[in-house]
This record gives sequence, structure tokens and C-alpha cells, in this order.
Amino acid sequence: MPPHRRLVERVFGETPSAWLYLLPAVVIIVGLAIVPVFWSLLLSFQDKDPIAETTSWAGFDNYRELFHDEKFRGAVEHTITYTALFVPLSILGGLGLALLLNKRVRFIGVYRTLAFVPVIVSATVQGVLFSVIFDDQVGVANGLLDKVGIAPQPFFSDGRQALLLLVLAGLWAGTSCISFCAVIFLAALQDIPRELTEAASIDGARAWGTFKAVTAPALAPVTIFLLLWQTVQGIQLFDLVYGSTAGGPGDATVVVVYFIYRSIRESAYGTGAAASYIVVAGLAAIGLAFWLGRFAVSRRGRGATA
Amino acid sequence: MSAVASRRRGREQLDSPARPVAAGPVKKGWRWLPFDPWHLALAPATLLLAAPLLWMLLASFMSAQQLYKFPPTIIPGSLHLDGYRFLFEDTEISTWFLNSLIVSSVCVVANVLFCSMAGYAFARMRFRGSGITLGIMLATMVIPFQLTLIPTFIIFEHLGMIDTLWSLIVPSLVTPFGVFLLRQFFLSLPPELEEAAYMDGCSRWKILWTIVLPLARPALATVAVVTFLLTWNDVSWPAIAISSEAHNTLPLGVASFRSRSEQNPSAIMAANVIATLPVLLAFLAAQKTFVRSIASGAVKG
Repeated sequence: MPPHRRLVERVFGETPSAWLYLLPAVVIIVGLAIVPVFWSLLLSFQDKDPIAETTSWAGFDNYRELFHDEKFRGAVEHTITYTALFVPLSILGGLGLALLLNKRVRFIGVYRTLAFVPVIVSATVQGVLFSVIFDDQVGVANGLLDKVGIAPQPFFSDGRQALLLLVLAGLWAGTSCISFCAVIFLAALQDIPRELTEAASIDGARAWGTFKAVTAPALAPVTIFLLLWQTVQGIQLFDLVYGSTAGGPGDATVVVVYFIYRSIRESAYGTGAAASYIVVAGLAAIGLAFWLGRFAVSRRGRGATA
Repeated sequence: MSAVASRRRGREQLDSPARPVAAGPVKKGWRWLPFDPWHLALAPATLLLAAPLLWMLLASFMSAQQLYKFPPTIIPGSLHLDGYRFLFEDTEISTWFLNSLIVSSVCVVANVLFCSMAGYAFARMRFRGSGITLGIMLATMVIPFQLTLIPTFIIFEHLGMIDTLWSLIVPSLVTPFGVFLLRQFFLSLPPELEEAAYMDGCSRWKILWTIVLPLARPALATVAVVTFLLTWNDVSWPAIAISSEAHNTLPLGVASFRSRSEQNPSAIMAANVIATLPVLLAFLAAQKTFVRSIASGAVKG
């Protein structure tokens, strides 16, 4: 080390200057991610009187109330329905699209551009767009149905159909849509050496055989990632609802995050915090299931090669 | 070694259009087609995906009459500017646009700067607490945002920043994703260059600016793209933090505008077009970087 290094550095090493480099990141991340996590937990056990501005200890009251709250149960139900439809459809759709986009044909660049554009569309814009396209009175979708001789549908004015349309909108655009899954799958597909698939087909493997023996194992890790990612995205659904139905008709499309949003607007912090902890408990359970599943798979895999 | 090489090659193919190969093993029965039969699947699938957006563009140029008759117009006979005129004359869309632009650009610059600093410290500096700090930072990446929502709201309320653009900027100044991505990139650079400069008495700060960052351009571009995309499109936090019209960002403005004016679908579509256009242009200009950035988080994760 050159002799003119400062005294501080000679005594403490690089620790002080390293912390200076980290300062902005640490302040933001500790202040707005770590502190809030524990604060939320505290809030979920408190009850705030909005008029007297006093806070009292509520124990598990907030949680107990939520379990009996019809609206919250509805929100959980809608979230589960949405996620259960959205996750498998987006992943299968994305896989199919990626396999198509991996073909070596003319204009593949144009096809890829067209297919990838939906990823950058904001979910709000997508929600607004779908609510106009599927308007029961003047929507272009009913116009198309009319052309092929199908009676007009209520779409967003019917609770069940509204939820299904949200799934459709989620599949079509945004940072967790079919196109997003396709981007991820395509990147993984292109990590497979061409020689491998070519060798398989020269050996006489049919398309399905090649897929099963070469492609599917190579895609397994990203599929697990996508399952997890898409599930988290499904449970955190908010912007689509915000842009299209705002929870309606009735409360038919209120999902959990929308429920929390409403409780913040009503200053019911305790209820909102408890609701978010219930969601996180659900997420943690799913994460644990994945981890255990992955653990089991990798053990079985190791057993097979050994 | 060869596996790594072919991996690299594969990654490059992702964005560059694949060279059309003379004639692959075309299936029997499809030989009569003058083009590859895969076009029959590719063209409808990709057009279907892009269709709502194309219609959005078309509808923004339709008149209310065209949109309001039954059965509704799909392809208009004539184009109109009513929607855009209404938008710019009767709403604050230019303010919303400016707000979005301010928030996104401040966040992009801040992320590139702060994530580089933190990433560099983690990659190259030896200091007490580095392991545990990095671990905690990584752990925050998986915290669902609704968990932090309410306390963050209370914090900003106490700081007097709620319903100002500051409340949108401050939480996105640094992202753990960016810190981690840049740390990984800095680790992949050969340390010899920096060591030579260090021996010559160059300060860490100068090494970072003159040697490391110029080499890290691709990774910095990824951080910039992801930050821009996320901040420009985000609405969950802004919907909670912002309540006055004048501080709306574009997506907020578009959503509030829609609920207020059911009667003007072409203006709603025009607002949608304006909200999407900047990201779309950026995407078309730098598709490679976008696709790589979107894939980068996942394939390694």
C-alpha cells in the first residue's frame, strides 16, 4: 500500500469508506423495507381510533375480524381464483409462444417484436383498454361477437365474467403476461446448444421425443422460477383492477391488495396490516412448498445419476 | 469451457433475428406452401397479442360517433383528432406527463449512481459487515410490497411528503435488484486494471468513475431500463401516495380520467396511447437491451 494513504484508512482499513458508498442504499432499504416489515406486524395488533387519534392494543382482534369479514373472504377467494387460472395459463401460453419464436424462419425478428411489445404496457393502461374493448354497451368485443352471430355478453357488468376478463387482461399484457413468460422461456431455450437438439433429431427422435429428452429438462429451472414469480404476481394483483373495474360490479373483483388499498384510504391501518400479514403467510406457505418440492426433486435427481 | 462458449452464443441469438436457414426439415405434406409452415402459427399468434394495442392506436383516432354506434366500429372509415384535442385542452395531461418524466428520470439517474456505489463496495471493498449486509439486502428483494405499504405511507405522512412527487421518488432511489446485478457484474471484471490504478495512488472513487463504470455500460443499461419500466408503469404505490390531480403521474391520470369520462372513449384511448408511447419508443429503439434486461433477472435467479 502506498505510504500516502490517509491515516483513517491505515487504522480502520476500508470499512468507513465502504459504508459511505453503501449509505444511500442502506438508508433507503433499511428505512423503507426492513423497518416497515416489523412496523406492519406491530400495526396489525393495534387498533387506531380515527377520531380520538389514540392507539390501543388489539391483540388478535384485527385478524379475528378479518376471518369473519365477508368482504375479506371474498377478496381472498377472488385472488385465489385469479391466481389459479392465471399461473398455469400464462406459463403454458408463454412456453408455446417461446417454442414458436425459437423457430428459424424469415421475419422472426418482426414476430418477436410483435410478441414482446405487450410486456412494456402498463397494467393500468391494459385495464383501461380492456374495460373499453369489453364494454357491454359499446365495446368492440361485442361488435365482433355480433359479426359471428353470438348474442352480446354482459362482460364487466357481470361479476363472474369480470373476474375471467381480468385473467384474460393479465395474460395479454404487463410484466407477468404470456409474452413475459415467453421472453424468459426463449432465453432459456437459446441456452440449449443447437447441436444437442440436432443430434437428437438425427438419432431419429421425433419432435415430441426431442422435447421430452432435451428441451423439457433444460427448461425445468426457469419453469420453477416462473411458477413462483407468476404466483407472487397473481397474489399481488392490483393495477389491472385499479384501471378497469375498481373492484366492481358490487365487490366481485375486489382482490386482496385492493382490499388493503381500501383500508388505507379509510385509515383502517390495523385491518390493512393484518390483511397483508395473512397474505404473506399464504405466500410463505407457497414458497415453502416450492422449496420442499425442489429439494425433493433434486434429491431424486441425484439418486438417479448416482 | 465449451459449454460456457455455447451458452454465450445462445444468449446473443436471443435478440438478433435468427438467420433464415435455407430449408429446414420441412414436414411432408407442407411442401406445396411457398413459405415455411410455421408462419401459419407465428403470424396469427403474434398479431393476436399485438391486436389490442393496435386497436387502441386506431380507436384514439376515431370520433365518438364511430365508437358509439352498435355494432361498434372495428376499422374506422375516417380518422379524427377529437380525442387528442379534448385531452390537451380539457385535462392536465401535460402535467401528468411531466410528473411521470420527472419521477422516472430522477429514479433512473439515482439508481445508476447509488446501485453502482453499493454494488462496487460489495464487489471490491473489504469491510466489516459486508456479508450480512448483502444478505439482508437480498432478502428484501422477496418482501411483498403490500407488507411495507402502510408503514411507508405513515412515514411519508410524517415527513410531509405524502401527495408530493418526493413520495414517489424516494422509495425508488435504490433497488436491491440493481445493487445485486451490478455487484455480480463488477465481480466478473478482471481486477488487474483496478489494482494497477490503485498501486499508482488512484482513489477508489476515481477508479470507479474512470475504469469500472465505463466497462459496466451493459449492466448499467439494464439497471436503467428496468428502473424506467417499473417507475413509469407503477401505479400501486402512487395510487395510495398521491391524491391531488396536479401530482398525478400518467397511469394515475389515465385511470382517474377514465372513471370520470365514460362518455369520451376516444380521449381515453388517446390518453392510453400517450401513456404507452415513451416506453414503446424506448423499446423499439433498444429492443436488445430491453429483452436482455427482462430476461436477466430470471434466467440467473
